[in-house]
Amino acid sequence: MNTTAIDTAHPAPSDYYSLTEAPPRNGTLLGFWIYLMSDCFIFASLFACYAVLGTEYAGGPSGADVLDLPGLAVNTALLLVSSVVFGFAMLEMQRQRKGAMLGWLAIAGLLAAAFVSLEIHEFLVMITDGAGPGRSAFLSSFFTLVATHGLHVTLGILWLVVLMVQTVKFGLNTDNVRRLRCLSMFWHFLDLVWVGVFSYVYLVGVLR
Amino acid sequence: MSQPSSPGHAMSPDNHDAMHEHQGSLRGYLTGFVLAAILTVIPFWLVMGNVIANKQLLILIILALAIVQIFVHIVYFLHLDTRSEAGWNMMAFIFTAVLVIIVLGASIWAMYNENMNMMPMSPQYQQQHPISHQPTGNQPQQ
Repeated sequence: MNTTAIDTAHPAPSDYYSLTEAPPRNGTLLGFWIYLMSDCFIFASLFACYAVLGTEYAGGPSGADVLDLPGLAVNTALLLVSSVVFGFAMLEMQRQRKGAMLGWLAIAGLLAAAFVSLEIHEFLVMITDGAGPGRSAFLSSFFTLVATHGLHVTLGILWLVVLMVQTVKFGLNTDNVRRLRCLSMFWHFLDLVWVGVFSYVYLVGVLR
Repeated sequence: MSQPSSPGHAMSPDNHDAMHEHQGSLRGYLTGFVLAAILTVIPFWLVMGNVIANKQLLILIILALAIVQIFVHIVYFLHLDTRSEAGWNMMAFIFTAVLVIIVLGASIWAMYNENMNMMPMSPQYQQQHPISHQPTGNQPQQ
């Protein structure tokens, strides 16, 4: 605002800039939240597919035949603990304790990696048992929905590794804190989607 | 920790605009974890222990518990409240929730009615028109 001497011929900045309603300082977080909401639509459409196609077995196995509930319980626990551990990492980040934060992040990442490995193992067992995604509409919609979630978790792990390297190299600067906050939302969001997956796809899936 | 009180409401007016807006507390995360664990164990127990014989009722209970748990995650892990980002997070969330309910509800409703109102196919009809429907045989698909 020190340019009044030059700008006398033009309208004052306040005429064409809104000086009262500045965008929020952490607008990235709002933008990322809106991305997550749009991601909700992807999952909502896939859930709708599964809801419609989930009983079209085409003479093949039903949910009760192929879905592995003890394995599901382990996977659910892994993802829930991973989500909470990521929260602990965020608390350490607020206290500027980089080492402790990286430790919690590593645990969260390992738990998520275990989740993905178990899921891939489950998929492979199903495919070798003749219950692959091509077998029936039920299995197509099942694999599409669950694998989309698994792909999100896998990319989340990749993102986590990148951010851990960034934090080690450049410290907890403003950029890294902002990025870690976005990843934290992503991480909790995937756990939230998993609640829908284990409840509707698996537990309801074995009942109908 | 600068915000020791309950999650989502731990804001004093002076740090409203700061980066430390909607952040969690240890107690908030642990509360969320315990609630989520309870809300996860109950449906698993109901299904794996064959506790309830009525399947329709069981499905309704599972879905109700899932919806409650989703709100637990939103409040305790995602820290959604009416004040974060001047309310825009909440607006975006409500908008999404309405559309998701429409997408899910309308899909299930429409396809259920379509299935119900399609001409029923008798076994005799299937045998006379084998191309139109694959009989539920025992040979695996190619």
